Amino acid sequence: MSNNQQPNNPKLNLWRDVRFWRFAGQFLAVLIAAIVVAILWGNLNRNLQQLGIQPGFGFLNSQAAFDIGETLISYAPSDTYSRALLVGLVNSLRVMVVGIILTTIVGITAGIARLSDNWLVRKLALVYVEIFRNTPLLLQLLFWYFAVFLTLPKVENPISVLGFIRLSQNGLELPGIQFSPEFSTLLIGITLYTGAFIAEIVRGGIQSVSRGQWEAAASLGLKPGLAMRLVIFPQALRVIIPPLTSQYLNLAKNSSLAVAIGYPDIYLVASTTFNQTGRAVEVMLLIMTIYLTISLIISLVMNLFNKSVQLKER
Amino acid sequence: MRKWCLVLLTTLPVLFSLVACGGPPSSTPATSRLDTVKSRGKLICGVSGELPGFSFVSSDGKYAGLDVDVCRAIASAIFNNPDAVEFRNLNAKERFTAVQTGEVDILSRNTSWTLSRDTSVGLEFAPVMFYDGQAIMVKKDSGIKSLTDLKGKAICTQTGTTNEQNLGDQMRKLGIPYKPVVFEDINTTFATYAEGRCQGVTSDRSQLLSRRTTLPQPQNHLILDAVLSKEPLAPAVANGDSKWFDVVKWSIYTLINAEELGINSKNIAQFANSKDPEVTRFLGKEGNLGEGLGLPNDFAVRIIKNVGNYGEIYDRYLGPKTPFNLPRGQNNLWTKGGLQYSPPFR
Repeated sequence: MSNNQQPNNPKLNLWRDVRFWRFAGQFLAVLIAAIVVAILWGNLNRNLQQLGIQPGFGFLNSQAAFDIGETLISYAPSDTYSRALLVGLVNSLRVMVVGIILTTIVGITAGIARLSDNWLVRKLALVYVEIFRNTPLLLQLLFWYFAVFLTLPKVENPISVLGFIRLSQNGLELPGIQFSPEFSTLLIGITLYTGAFIAEIVRGGIQSVSRGQWEAAASLGLKPGLAMRLVIFPQALRVIIPPLTSQYLNLAKNSSLAVAIGYPDIYLVASTTFNQTGRAVEVMLLIMTIYLTISLIISLVMNLFNKSVQLKER
Repeated sequence: MRKWCLVLLTTLPVLFSLVACGGPPSSTPATSRLDTVKSRGKLICGVSGELPGFSFVSSDGKYAGLDVDVCRAIASAIFNNPDAVEFRNLNAKERFTAVQTGEVDILSRNTSWTLSRDTSVGLEFAPVMFYDGQAIMVKKDSGIKSLTDLKGKAICTQTGTTNEQNLGDQMRKLGIPYKPVVFEDINTTFATYAEGRCQGVTSDRSQLLSRRTTLPQPQNHLILDAVLSKEPLAPAVANGDSKWFDVVKWSIYTLINAEELGINSKNIAQFANSKDPEVTRFLGKEGNLGEGLGLPNDFAVRIIKNVGNYGEIYDRYLGPKTPFNLPRGQNNLWTKGGLQYSPPFR
């Protein structure tokens, strides 16, 4: 009884109670954060008012009146800004989804190749990783665009690969689908760039699995390929997935570099919207929210996946 | 514990509302931008910096061009020094934010005057320095002669301009489907066109003329006659500062009025003893026109001496002796069939 004196002791001063200070500290932090936000918001409103601009999102319902080069969903210049932004979002998601799938394949292949017993394969993977990891992505995109796609022959006499893939200045043509040079550039650019990082993550993950596991698998009679697939790689996944999530997030955000090579993603459409309406603050808030949402969804999915591959302790 | 919570939670909204009301009451700024510029000792001027004829860095390392000389004229009026200007290169997209936030005192960057920019963007447009129109440039050997020939073709353009929307409007009106390829950077736009990705590139006629001189083989490119839009290019300042706006406005009118009166940088000395009341008032020998603007009375003399009149500026950068050799056309004085007109100085 005697050691439980704090709550009921009337003599104890408030400032000598550790719980008060814990609470006060947190309260102070919240208060400071709130004041900073309020000052910034108030400042913004005041300055916008001085310029005679009323903040609001009403402009999204007015006619966009500009055209978009590539659309997966129907769009005409007479549609609204919100429709135009949706077209941009779909274009962005298209690059992100295809990019994440391809970069995973490229990254895992290159990562395993880095550990290959074959000297040539090992060194080729090393050269790929070092080149793509150590040059700026923007530069790579401009390289793919100007040095590769725009130097291809004109539409009239395309290069034929395997008889059904056709390459020309108009982009990549498969039977039934056509990818514009802008889309192809962006996809190749972010896939190879992110793939180089993923390769290193995969290599690190595989090397983190102890040698004993290889030996155990070998003694069970598993060939190296099977040992990798059934024993080593599943264990490496535990190490690989958290940094892999970051790379997926990078890929999603890097897709906004589309603006440099003229692919109409959400950022480019938002730029035009912002320019035509002058709504800098609203448009920036909007695309920040969109990128944040996309990133959080990727994180959530990857965290669920991560949980499923973690060691099950019973 | 619960009691503290309550106390703290009640104080929070109170503090919040205090902060919200804490700022100074929103009203027009007490000091005009003119005072800021005067005390700074130089003008900060937003330009493109990449457009020969309008704003570019010349071979002697100095900024030059039609847009640049607007800023030099204003600096002359205030400081009697055409070099008291700091130029900032802005791209098409950054330019309005730079004016809104006060990063630049004036935007003189081949900017089209439109209603929405005047209102919702929060700008105030000075008199038009250059009457322009949007056009399309194509390769000569492409066989494209008119807008209808561009059906289904790719057209390069730059984001952050009125061009994108005008192109959409015109092609929609004519019912011509096309593929826009939009870039943020003007250099990328023209490089992509030069590589042949786009069959056409669209921009203001003056800009196409200017850019054509920088293409590998200028003579292989043709600017179509069709005019897609009106593009009155005018300098702009931020809304809500009429004192500063007046200085900018009347500095430009000075250039036009000087040409009307036949005064230029070479013959201005001869007008010193003129008996013409219009001239003496304009040059500040009598009356107090400068005072009303917050400038010295001889501001017009300073501008003309340092920069010249509108016609001189035009000829220097776009006239027959330049690679552009652009006829005055709509940019001639109203007395010669053009649109340049200055309200009276009195």
